[in-house]
Amino acid sequence: MEEIMQILKELEWSPLFISLKTGVVATIISFFLGIFAARKVVKASPGKKAVIDGILTLPMVLPPTVAGFFLLLLFSRRRPLGEFLFQEFNFKVVQTWLGCVIAATVIAFPLMYRNARAAMEQIDVNLIYAGRTLGMSDTKIFWKVIVPTAGPGIASGTILTFARALGEYGATSMLAGNIPGKTGTISQKIAMVIQDGDYLTAGIWVAVVMIIAFAVIFLMNLISGKKMKNVGRW
Amino acid sequence: MSVNVQIKKKLDSFLLDISFQSDSRRIGILGASGCGKSMTLKSIAGIEIPDEGRIEVEGRVLFDREQKINLKPQKRNVGYLFQNYALFPTMTVEKNIAAGLQGSRGENEKRVREMIEKFQLSGLEKRLPGQLSGGQQQRAALARIMAYEPDVILLDEPFSALDMYLKDQLQQELLQMLEDYEGTVIMVSHNRDEVYRFSEELLIIEEGRNIVSGRTKELFQNPVKREAARLTGCKNFSRVHRVDAYTAEALDWGIAIHTKRQIPEDTKWFGYRAHDFVPVWGERKENMLKVAVKSSAVLPFERNYYLWPEKMPEHASGDSESTVESQLSGGYAECRQEVCWFVQREKLEELDKRGLPDYLKLREEKLLFLE
Repeated sequence: MEEIMQILKELEWSPLFISLKTGVVATIISFFLGIFAARKVVKASPGKKAVIDGILTLPMVLPPTVAGFFLLLLFSRRRPLGEFLFQEFNFKVVQTWLGCVIAATVIAFPLMYRNARAAMEQIDVNLIYAGRTLGMSDTKIFWKVIVPTAGPGIASGTILTFARALGEYGATSMLAGNIPGKTGTISQKIAMVIQDGDYLTAGIWVAVVMIIAFAVIFLMNLISGKKMKNVGRW
Repeated sequence: MSVNVQIKKKLDSFLLDISFQSDSRRIGILGASGCGKSMTLKSIAGIEIPDEGRIEVEGRVLFDREQKINLKPQKRNVGYLFQNYALFPTMTVEKNIAAGLQGSRGENEKRVREMIEKFQLSGLEKRLPGQLSGGQQQRAALARIMAYEPDVILLDEPFSALDMYLKDQLQQELLQMLEDYEGTVIMVSHNRDEVYRFSEELLIIEEGRNIVSGRTKELFQNPVKREAARLTGCKNFSRVHRVDAYTAEALDWGIAIHTKRQIPEDTKWFGYRAHDFVPVWGERKENMLKVAVKSSAVLPFERNYYLWPEKMPEHASGDSESTVESQLSGGYAECRQEVCWFVQREKLEELDKRGLPDYLKLREEKLLFLE
């Protein structure tokens, strides 16, 4: 016990903040991109739908290291796009916190997109027709009718996205690396200390991650549970 | 007030080819499920786009293929009442009503208040659609449409998902609420009672084509076409072998029919409503059918008898019998079904006292001549 207190006292908390920051930013980006993509795909013709859906879902099915490989190919400063971004905008992705965010976003995005899409496809098309005949613009229908009606699906997508982004390891370690205080996320920290055989520190970080994950899910369920009072209970 | 619709659209299994115009304020469209009647309404509302044609409402062209006019649903000013009402589930009643309003905030609020009072929704403003009863939902949906002041209101099978008791109540309510609405209302239904109750003018659709149209009451009296008669509720049909202008053989009933009215030459079918038979005890006279019960069904206020048709009587011309037989065996056999006779409560007492009648009389004036 004393040992734990000692470690806690000396613990360097930066992995927690880096992970949280990465998770939040990646979730926000995925939220809007995912809803936007879902809308496009729901409206697309069946052929287009299959292709776009495949591409958007790929990061979820591939091993994260494969996604990391492609991201490196894209953003490495030895590659045209990476060099262009650096020259023109002074954007550095590899070995930076931006890399953490991009890696987490790419990996977590499909969860948001798929949940949003599934929820939108469940919506009664008559709601959309009704909105149109009532003179509502398509944008207004989307934000006032479709998104709220798809609310539970979007909420669960957001939770899963955050949880996934918070714990991202494979692609992050390849693209952003594990620079303490900069790109060192909790997952990477755990892997690192385990390699040193320091199970106690690893255990503390595992506990931290579990508490955060549980708290977020609990909170979101509470919020959506309050809003969805009119949804039947089994 | 006028509606003029001429549209063609290729659908999966048939071609929708509808053309009608009417100055009536209450128009009914009657047809079996999947005959294209909803598609017609959706085309008027702009939810579906026809391949060809023209739609004009109250002097405004909503769609004209040749002139390349196709107003968006938002611009058509057409109210559409969906079967499930399509209230926005996450919005309260007042937000639902305000959803399509474009005016200033104050104007909209005033309009919403008016509608809530008019449609007796006071006290329910803050409720979500899921917390309303069926009748309240209907009122809210109609309030939402009326708030928008449409030129036409389209009712898409508004009652077909309801149970009988509620249906009757809501029909009456809807009729009352629409009473002071100045514009045109078009109702689509597969239920003859609904359209009869509601519409002044009727259009009957089969397989995407309007087969007959006219004043509702007249159409029910003389549906002209066999399919139209069936949709208006006629149960009994028989192919006709016309002997002369006043005599014909009803091939599927197996009896001869003598009429005072002239039988038009293009009459292919006789139709006779199951409620119109007159029971006769005793002697057989003209235009009677021998009662031979095949089966029967007992309903709370009615009794249904299903009777065997008769063989051709002896006095029918000699060679016609053979033609009848050959026709009957030659693929027409399925037409030779039982004759339906529905007896209502008032007549049941007599039936219970005197037993089954010997014959059923077909009243000549009730006989439908159909193409």
